[in-house]
Amino acid sequence: MPFPGVEVPHLCAQCDDYPCVKSCPVEALSIDQETTAVIVNKEKCISCGKCIIACPGRVPFLHPKDNKAIICDLCSGDPECVKVCTEAGYNALTLVQEEMSVDRKLFARHPIEVAKDLAVNLFGEKGEKVI
Amino acid sequence: MEAYFGGRGLAAKILWDRIGGQWPKVDPLGPDNIFLALTGPMTAIYPGARICCSGKSPLSNGTVGSTASTEFASELKMAGYDGVIVSGKASRPVYILVTDEGGETRDASHLWGKLGEDTIRILNKEVTEELTKRKPNVGLWREPGIIYIGPAGENLVRTAAVMTKICHAAGYGGYGSVMGSKNLKAVVAKGRGIIPEVDAPEAVKLLWKEVHRHLIAESGFRRMGTGYAGYSVGADTSSEPIRNWQEEWHDERRYGGPMFETRYWVKKRWADFNCTTSCMKLSCIKSGRWKGDITDMPDYELEAYCGTNLGIFDPGDNIHISAVVDNLGHSGINGPNTMGFAAELYQRGILTKEDFGFELKWGDAEAFEKLAWLIAKREKIGDILAEGTFRAAMRISEMKGVDVMPYAVQVKGIEVGAHGTRSDADYTHEISYAASVQGGDHTSVAVDGYTEMSSAVFTDSAVICNFCFFWVPRALVFDFAKAVTGFPITMESWRKETGPRIVTLQRALLLMGGPDVEWRPVEDDDNPPRFYEPLPSGPHKGKATNRELVEQKRRTYFETLGWDERGVPTKETLEKLALADLELAMRNLRK
Repeated sequence: MPFPGVEVPHLCAQCDDYPCVKSCPVEALSIDQETTAVIVNKEKCISCGKCIIACPGRVPFLHPKDNKAIICDLCSGDPECVKVCTEAGYNALTLVQEEMSVDRKLFARHPIEVAKDLAVNLFGEKGEKVI
Repeated sequence: MEAYFGGRGLAAKILWDRIGGQWPKVDPLGPDNIFLALTGPMTAIYPGARICCSGKSPLSNGTVGSTASTEFASELKMAGYDGVIVSGKASRPVYILVTDEGGETRDASHLWGKLGEDTIRILNKEVTEELTKRKPNVGLWREPGIIYIGPAGENLVRTAAVMTKICHAAGYGGYGSVMGSKNLKAVVAKGRGIIPEVDAPEAVKLLWKEVHRHLIAESGFRRMGTGYAGYSVGADTSSEPIRNWQEEWHDERRYGGPMFETRYWVKKRWADFNCTTSCMKLSCIKSGRWKGDITDMPDYELEAYCGTNLGIFDPGDNIHISAVVDNLGHSGINGPNTMGFAAELYQRGILTKEDFGFELKWGDAEAFEKLAWLIAKREKIGDILAEGTFRAAMRISEMKGVDVMPYAVQVKGIEVGAHGTRSDADYTHEISYAASVQGGDHTSVAVDGYTEMSSAVFTDSAVICNFCFFWVPRALVFDFAKAVTGFPITMESWRKETGPRIVTLQRALLLMGGPDVEWRPVEDDDNPPRFYEPLPSGPHKGKATNRELVEQKRRTYFETLGWDERGVPTKETLEKLALADLELAMRNLRK
């Protein structure tokens, strides 16, 4: 929420070209063959933060407790976030089976960049100034 | 903690312990006062997280638990803190930054004088950059939680609010000016930890789901919030302030909820951290002369006080005044109450164009915008109006040689919320304000010395939102409280012990008052004179608040709480509630 009302969902876009995996200097990141999600091997992770910088949306972060990288692993194909959102009755998150032709990279954007667009959508011309 | 729980209750206790001995001498706007921003044990765990601001009130000279919805509360808890207590006075403008590493004061001279929107924008950027610099490779920092004051607070306008998220305010009590008196522009919190562990985690999980089930069912309120009440409270219950309460009824359909919703609501569900209810909506004016104004719905209170009470019946004008008031850091209820009071004095020829520098006609949004600035900057008559309705009425009566107190709609220094008592068709009745320890506060009204304890006194102390509470069975909420804290708390114990303890302590501090105001028991435990004038229009025309019922209910209220006939807590009551150390101060007040 870089400005009140401008809440930006900040989630892994599941890029097809895996810039995070490619950036890891110690091969701590791998691709789950079934779900195509990124899996973090915490034993190998050296907390260097390179995957965060490589990510176009700056989505990964180091967990405050163990300081290891956190990247969405899609909960082995059955995401908990979707389940809880549905159970709560908000239905803001739904599971969709997409064709691979959807260019997911387009969704991987820096949240401040997204917020700037969202602010204009919400506030019109004023939105150009608030963030 | 068990005896006072948190928020409003704990704040009163901390104030009594720290400055109670010199209470009548402590200037609310002097360095001896203490500013508190406290969470409660249930904050950020139960749906609807709020922060409770308190201190010795510059309006009532007692204490108020003034709450606002904000992520500041959850961030504070995630940083490992339950609250912030500020004493003394900084030598130059500062803000406080609270992180997992602790608290620090930082220079705020570049923020002094800035409007709300700019303050948020600058602080968001500055603090996020600073935190990134300190821990560069942990990932992006979500923006911090911020409470701040606008120019009104800086200039010690007694009605100034502690603001957050542009348009959310802890308004009652005037704690924005207390922050201003300490040269404290803002408090910023950012935590990377987790919400503190609860006593019975599995029980809390189950209870949370159950509470959520009740709240998610309130689809009507989720859709409309209180934004539809600007029409209905006037048209249906005839209890909406119009032109400084000269009337309480209108049938202006253009001021109805759908008009606001269709044209101005740009976000129809806007919630704070962990809130199921999400009653808040975001308004923005995208075209015309007020282009660029952003505020919340406005909610009912601001539809009334920044609208009908100023004679404004146009949704756009209402949003504009709300946005101006928010940006300046006025409390959207208390500040505009004073503005309505001033406009009535203009109508009656008591204040004139010379006092303001412009004409102040009902419904003129441009003039009221100018007045909001005048008060915030304490210029011309604004310097007097900045003292709040009660104090301004005293000064103007003296200055003009006319008694203007009959036009001041306040109770014990606190401007009355936008629900009248004359029609008796609203939730507010004879002693709702008259007997309340928080004066005109519409969120914490006196009911019967028993039921109110388990509503507002509880939510303000647990520091959760009323609108995540009303529709949940009380027993469930108290089970939740027990599961979080492990205290043997029940609705009965709260109604008979903890609630009365908090209210009795607040009553004692209110009666001690000082240094500029001392309330006369009974005489000042009354409604504003206007509430006894018959309603001049509408379906309830001719009705007024029943004076006999006020007296009768007030007597019963005092009796139920174990206070004497003048509302001074008795020795037995103080002992029963473990407040025996108040006895000396109370003895002096008894006759």
